[in-house]
Amino acid sequence: MIPLSHYLVLSAMLFSIGVLGVLVRRNAIVVFMCVEIMLNAVNISLIGFDNYTDQVNGQIFSFMVMCVAAAEVSVGLAIVIALFRNKPTVNLDEFNLMRW
Amino acid sequence: MLSLAWLVPVFPLIGSIVTGFFGLRIGKDAVGKVACGSVALSFMTTLIILAGLVMLPEEHRIYEQVVFTWFASGDLVVDFGYQIDPLSMVMMMVVTGVGLIIHIYSIGYMHEEYSYYRFFAYMNLFMCSMLLLVMGNNFLLMFIGWEGVGMCSYFLIGYYFEKKSACDAGTKAFVVNRVGDFAFLLGIMYIFKEFKTIDFTSVFAAAPNTLIYGGEAVTLITLFLFIGATGKSAQIPLYTWLPDAMEGPTPVSALIHAATMVTAGVYMVARCNALFMLAPMSMMTVAFIGGGTAIFAATIGMAQNDIKRVLAYSTVSQIGYMFLACGVGAFTAGIFHLVTHAFFKACLFLGSGSVIHGLHGEQDIRKMGGLKKYQPVTYLTFLISTLAIAGIFPLSGFFSKDEILFHSLVDGNMILWGMGVSGAFITAFYMFRLVFLTFHGESRVDPHVHPHESPKVMTLPLVVLAGLAAAGGLLGIPLIKGAHLLHHWLEPVFSFDMKAALDASAQMMIKEGHHVPAWSHLLEKEEHGLAMEIGLMLLSLVIALSGITAAYFFYIKYPTLPDRIMQGQWGYELVKNKYQVDEFYDATIVNPAIEGSFFLWKTCDAQGVDGAVNGVAKTIAWFSDQARAFQSGFVRNYALFMVVGFIGFLIVVF
Amino acid sequence: MFLTLVTFLPLVAAGILAFIPKENEETIKQTALAFAVADFLLSLQLWADFDLTTHKMQFEFNVPWIETWGINYHVGIDGISLLLYIMTTFLTAISILASWEVKKYIKEYMMAMLALGTGMLGVFVALDFFLFYFFWEFQLVPMYIIIGVWGGPRRIYAAVKFFLYTAVGSLLMLVAIIWIYFIVQDKTGVYTTDLMYITQRLDIPLSTQKWLFMAFFMAFAIKVPMFPFHTWLPDAHVEAPTAGSVILAGVLLKMGTYGFLRFNLPLFPHASNEFLPLIAALSIIGIIYGALVSMVQEDLKKLIAYSSVSHLGFVMLGIFAFNHYGLEGALLQNLNHGLSTGALFLIVGMIYDRRHTRLIKEFGGLSKQMPKYAICFMIITFSSIGLPGLNGFVGEFLVLLGIFQVNLMYAALATSGVIFAACYMLWMFQRVMFQELKNPENMKLPDLNFRELVLLVPIIVLCFWIGLYPQPVIKTFDASVAHLVDQVNPKNFAPGGAVHAELKPGHAANGKSEVKE
Repeated sequence: MIPLSHYLVLSAMLFSIGVLGVLVRRNAIVVFMCVEIMLNAVNISLIGFDNYTDQVNGQIFSFMVMCVAAAEVSVGLAIVIALFRNKPTVNLDEFNLMRW
Repeated sequence: MLSLAWLVPVFPLIGSIVTGFFGLRIGKDAVGKVACGSVALSFMTTLIILAGLVMLPEEHRIYEQVVFTWFASGDLVVDFGYQIDPLSMVMMMVVTGVGLIIHIYSIGYMHEEYSYYRFFAYMNLFMCSMLLLVMGNNFLLMFIGWEGVGMCSYFLIGYYFEKKSACDAGTKAFVVNRVGDFAFLLGIMYIFKEFKTIDFTSVFAAAPNTLIYGGEAVTLITLFLFIGATGKSAQIPLYTWLPDAMEGPTPVSALIHAATMVTAGVYMVARCNALFMLAPMSMMTVAFIGGGTAIFAATIGMAQNDIKRVLAYSTVSQIGYMFLACGVGAFTAGIFHLVTHAFFKACLFLGSGSVIHGLHGEQDIRKMGGLKKYQPVTYLTFLISTLAIAGIFPLSGFFSKDEILFHSLVDGNMILWGMGVSGAFITAFYMFRLVFLTFHGESRVDPHVHPHESPKVMTLPLVVLAGLAAAGGLLGIPLIKGAHLLHHWLEPVFSFDMKAALDASAQMMIKEGHHVPAWSHLLEKEEHGLAMEIGLMLLSLVIALSGITAAYFFYIKYPTLPDRIMQGQWGYELVKNKYQVDEFYDATIVNPAIEGSFFLWKTCDAQGVDGAVNGVAKTIAWFSDQARAFQSGFVRNYALFMVVGFIGFLIVVF
Repeated sequence: MFLTLVTFLPLVAAGILAFIPKENEETIKQTALAFAVADFLLSLQLWADFDLTTHKMQFEFNVPWIETWGINYHVGIDGISLLLYIMTTFLTAISILASWEVKKYIKEYMMAMLALGTGMLGVFVALDFFLFYFFWEFQLVPMYIIIGVWGGPRRIYAAVKFFLYTAVGSLLMLVAIIWIYFIVQDKTGVYTTDLMYITQRLDIPLSTQKWLFMAFFMAFAIKVPMFPFHTWLPDAHVEAPTAGSVILAGVLLKMGTYGFLRFNLPLFPHASNEFLPLIAALSIIGIIYGALVSMVQEDLKKLIAYSSVSHLGFVMLGIFAFNHYGLEGALLQNLNHGLSTGALFLIVGMIYDRRHTRLIKEFGGLSKQMPKYAICFMIITFSSIGLPGLNGFVGEFLVLLGIFQVNLMYAALATSGVIFAACYMLWMFQRVMFQELKNPENMKLPDLNFRELVLLVPIIVLCFWIGLYPQPVIKTFDASVAHLVDQVNPKNFAPGGAVHAELKPGHAANGKSEVKE
């Protein structure tokens, strides 16, 4: 039996990697993948807690997260493509259309 | 027969609608016929009503006809009702009679005009309004007519609307009249506050028992009403619109600005005699304003060169006489002068119109002269009317003016009489100056213009009016008892029981715990001998004759004399420039109002009020401006803020 | 139920228009017009069925809406609102016909107009605070869109200003409504927003009344608009399309005065009496200030907008005379202003359609070129000046008579407005219609066409009718006004500020009122 702390540490590490990636990377796709990593980190901790408390709620919720993630991927990638069509780059530093 | 009364204003109204809306379609001849026909029908109906009224016993000579309730709110009920009594009868006769004559004249005078139909539509509408004014049985219905005539006057003055001066004059007339109306309205409201009704009969019957003699209420009411009258009747200080009103076609000047509308104020004051009699201070004001205007306008009339303007100032001055009469309590004399003035002044205006017509639009008397031989009928009628206005026996003006002068001395005082008499001298002088310069002497007419006599349709009205101007005095023959028809006829309207009124006032004052002053001297009536009356008559005749002689001396005998004397005289310049009253009003009221309005708009409104509103918006915008620095638009910045925020949250919580 | 039908018919029509393809412009316009006219005719039926003898709400319809909060859908109409209601349906129909020549987004335009109609009608019939507030805010949206999309060059600025300015006032009103909600709950233990219920039972001390009065005052004074809250009006009018201006002047401003009559006076009678000098002063300033400023305007629409400030000053003054004449005069003047100013905006719109300018100096001598137009313009001008025999006079006189009973000085100052009215209107008329026809662009202007005559003639007929025989109109107000006079009469509330000590039942019905101070 793997103790809960392992799950949580792994989850925290993945989440931090995701946050850092979102903050420092410029490529929209990479940022996007980092967001996915963060979601999956949450999933891991959810399942870890589930395992620990012997319930299924977390697992169901993690399915929910996956569904959202899938939906997000489709929307997000569509946005990225739309951005790429406007400017032939996906470098986020090039986009400040939302300014004011 | 009296029940036909409601028809009298309806005929001209129909005429106005027909000529106004279908005028172009039915053609000029038909327009003239419809317009005159409608007024003629009115006139005939008026005659029938007159017969009906005469047949009634003297003390019952009042007939009220309520057509419908105009509006009612709370205890205010305003009827659309007519009141036929001796006073309104006199006015109706003058309005429809003189109106008819002038309408007929207009057919000839206006014949060349393109928008002939428009002219007649306005004229008929004017007749309708004027009849409402004199026939209304309450103050508000009178006010409908009052404003209605003002509106028609506005349109008719501005009839040649392509001329800026005509439009300006029209607007000026309306606005100046509105100043008077403002006070008139306040007067009506005050009357309602005191009496809870605005019907003439109820108000006047209740007046002695409601208002204290010389009290604040009645004084204010009558002063408000009188200010209203000064607006419409062109008295000091609101007379300035009338001379400008001469921009309108001449028949308009004759009908509206001489015979009928401008005398509405006199009618109103006479109508409210029961109120005015209770307010000695207002009576004094009326008398002095009247007398002052009489002499003031007459002096201006001496130096004018536009034939119509001379007559306009003369009108202002003559109406001053009427007010002088009303102010000293001689209402009959005032109305008498109103009637005779309507005759001779209408004749004079139409005569001047005939001259202008004959000279193809020339109005400057310096470019006339010697027209006697070209326009004999015009000359003769003009001369008769001039003699009448100057007050030469036995023409109508003599009787009416003399009665006013007599009363101003007997019931008024020396100052008022002095004003009246000097006014009479000046009147005789400037009127004969006008006659001499226009019809006598060398012709100064532009050689390209060939003066001619006017057509029959114009001269016939002149003859009729001149006849009336000559014979009008028969209405009020003095000295002989019972021969003063008008006096007798108007007796029921103007019989004011001073003693009863004073008693009622005294009782009211006692009830309120005030001290009752000694009023007994007010009831004393001095007896005047026949000799004094005859003496005054002779005196005024002498004065009129001397005025005429002076004019003869200056303008026939030594035509170069006036120029030599007047050259550079500041007094003459002042009079010629009409005492600079217009300029004074412009400088003190009109221009400051416009500049002040610009200030209000550009400074107060745009910068002050709106500035405050926009200032609030700008302040908020400034704060937002500071805040928006955070919105860099970079996704990663936002993510960073989220992380920082989250960490901050954690720190705060734990 | 019938009232609800009439109120929502325009909205239904707007829904129907949504299904008509936007290429069928004629169909869209005709449908919109047909519905608006039908609505007007139906609203006339209300007048025919109206019981003149009672001040009670009629055609009432009351169903629970949000029961947990005690909010009802409660509508009804009385003498105060009936004619405003009818005028709204009338002017909606007129505005739709006036918008025949709108070029862009005709479908959306008509939908906005019809939705606006429902919003305005709802304001006049709502008898529930929440419902009232709902309609009050609801009508802002279509008006905002109408100004913002179909307006003139500075339309965005004007629309935003209009919206924000009004919204600020309404929010204060919302606060007051919530306050009242809790006061009522406190006193009676019932959660309700029903206006009738609250009006009968609201019993609050003067100090609270004053605060609540001020909050409502802000909302309504901005809408009226009273000096110094008027500056949104000229901007909104100048930028709005013709029909927008007509509705704005004809109905939207009336919502402010109606609010005073429906809320401020009956709910806070004591505070109303306390604030009389302030409001009289603001009204009188408004009358004179509006008139003076409009005298020097260069833009026709702006001139009329400022004249509205002046006219609405009369209405406010009449309301705050608290007597029969003043209130009836104010109500009548409401209608009169709607008609004459509405017509003036139509008239200016017609000339704007032809010349694409509204600057007075561009015109002059139009009478010669456009005689029919000149006649209509002239009649409406004189109606606006308040010439007896036309509609403006009776209302103005009653207002002045009412305020005269209160104070001679107020009356004298306000009456001076009649002089200024003549100044600015006639001067404008002279410069536009009279004098020489100089500008070559004006020399080939066509006279009014049939549609334009159809727009103006009904209004002119109404002007004459109200001017010459206003009795049917005034009678409609009578019972409600008498009741309102009783409600605000200081004799009917105790010195402590308590309202409605005892209303004598017979007193209200006989139409007599105490006018002595």
